[in-house]
Amino acid sequence: MTTSEDLHDLDALASLTDRVRRQAYRVVADGAGPVGRDEVAEALGVGRTLAAFHLDKLVTAGLLEVSYARRSGRTGPGAGRPAKLYQVAAAEHAVSVPPRSYRAAAELLAEALEQAGAEETLYRVAARHGRGAPASSDVTALLAGQGYAPVADGPDRIELRNCPFHLLAEQFPPVICGMNHALVSGLLSGAGLDETWAARMDAAPGRCCVTLSKK
Amino acid sequence: MSDFHLAQMNSARLRAPLEDPSMIDFAEGISLMNALADRSPGFVWRLVGDSGDGTIAAPSDPSHIYTLSVWESPEHLRAFVYQSEHLEYLRRRRDWFFPHGQQAALVLWWIPAGTIPTLRQGISRLGRLNAGGPTAEAFTFRQLFPAPELTRR
Repeated sequence: MTTSEDLHDLDALASLTDRVRRQAYRVVADGAGPVGRDEVAEALGVGRTLAAFHLDKLVTAGLLEVSYARRSGRTGPGAGRPAKLYQVAAAEHAVSVPPRSYRAAAELLAEALEQAGAEETLYRVAARHGRGAPASSDVTALLAGQGYAPVADGPDRIELRNCPFHLLAEQFPPVICGMNHALVSGLLSGAGLDETWAARMDAAPGRCCVTLSKK
Repeated sequence: MSDFHLAQMNSARLRAPLEDPSMIDFAEGISLMNALADRSPGFVWRLVGDSGDGTIAAPSDPSHIYTLSVWESPEHLRAFVYQSEHLEYLRRRRDWFFPHGQQAALVLWWIPAGTIPTLRQGISRLGRLNAGGPTAEAFTFRQLFPAPELTRR
C-alpha cells in the first residue's frame, strides 16, 4: 500500500466508485467487441455527453482503451467520421490491504509443479473443484459467473473472452491452460451441462485458451 | 525487418519409443505440428532430420529428442507454441515425456538473420542456461532479452 505503483492502482480503481461510471465500465466489459458512447448512453439511460464524460474518465484512469473505426462498414468520402470506440485495457489493477501476494505464491507453485511434472494431479484437482458447480441450465450464466465473459459464436460454439488466470497463463501456458481446461470441463459436468457442451483446448491470441462446442 | 532472428531449441526425453502404442498421438502429431509451424507467421527455418520430421534424436540416446528452429521474433514463436493447436500437445506432454526437473527444456537465443543454428550450438546454449540461468546468450520466454544492436561502420 505504500509503493507508488499501489497508489496508481488505487487511483484507477477509485475511478469506479461513481455508480454511473461503474455501470459504463460494465457495459464496455460485457460488450462482444469495442463499444461506442451511443450504446453506453442507451444501456445506461443517460445522455451521450454524460456517457462520453464517464468513458473518457475511465480512459484517463487506465481502465479503458480507445480505438477508432467506421461502424457502418462504409469507406471513402461520405462515410462519415470514424467513431470513437472503447474497450477494456489490458493492464490489471489490484490493491490489497493489508499487502497480500497470492500471485507470487501462485508463480512459485506453478514452477514447482512444472518441475515435478505433477500436471495430471493439478488437472484432477481442478476438475473436482469445477464439479462443485451448482446445477444450471444456462451455460452462459454459469461461465459469466466465473468471470470468463462468454460470447456465443453461432449456436454451437462459445468463446471465452476473459481468462481469469491471464498473467499466470502467459508464464506457464501448459500448466495453467491445462488446469483451466479441466476446471471448465468440471464446471460443465457439475452443472449437468456436459451432455450438451464440451470444453476443448482451442488456443488463440486475445482470449481464453478454452472454447465450448455443442456435442 | 530485424537484423536478428530468434533461434529456439527444445529437448525432451521420451517415455517410450515413438513406435510404442502409448506414443501414437504424439507420433501422429509431429507432422501436423511441423506443417503448422511451416505455415505460421514469422517462421524462418527448422532442422529437418533423416526421417524428414524435424524431431531429431541424440546420437548417443534415441530417447532424447530435440527440435531446433528459427523465427522472426519471440512473439511469432509464442503465437505458434502457445496460441495455436500446438498448446494441446503441450498440455499432454507428461503422457509422452519425462519431467525435466530443474533442467530447462527450452532455450532461446538471437542469431544474425540469414544464418542457421546447429544442434551442437543449441545443446551448448541449453548448457549455458542450465549452468548460469537466463542471460542474453541463452534465455527463456519467462525472461526474454532484446535482440542485440548491430554495430554498423
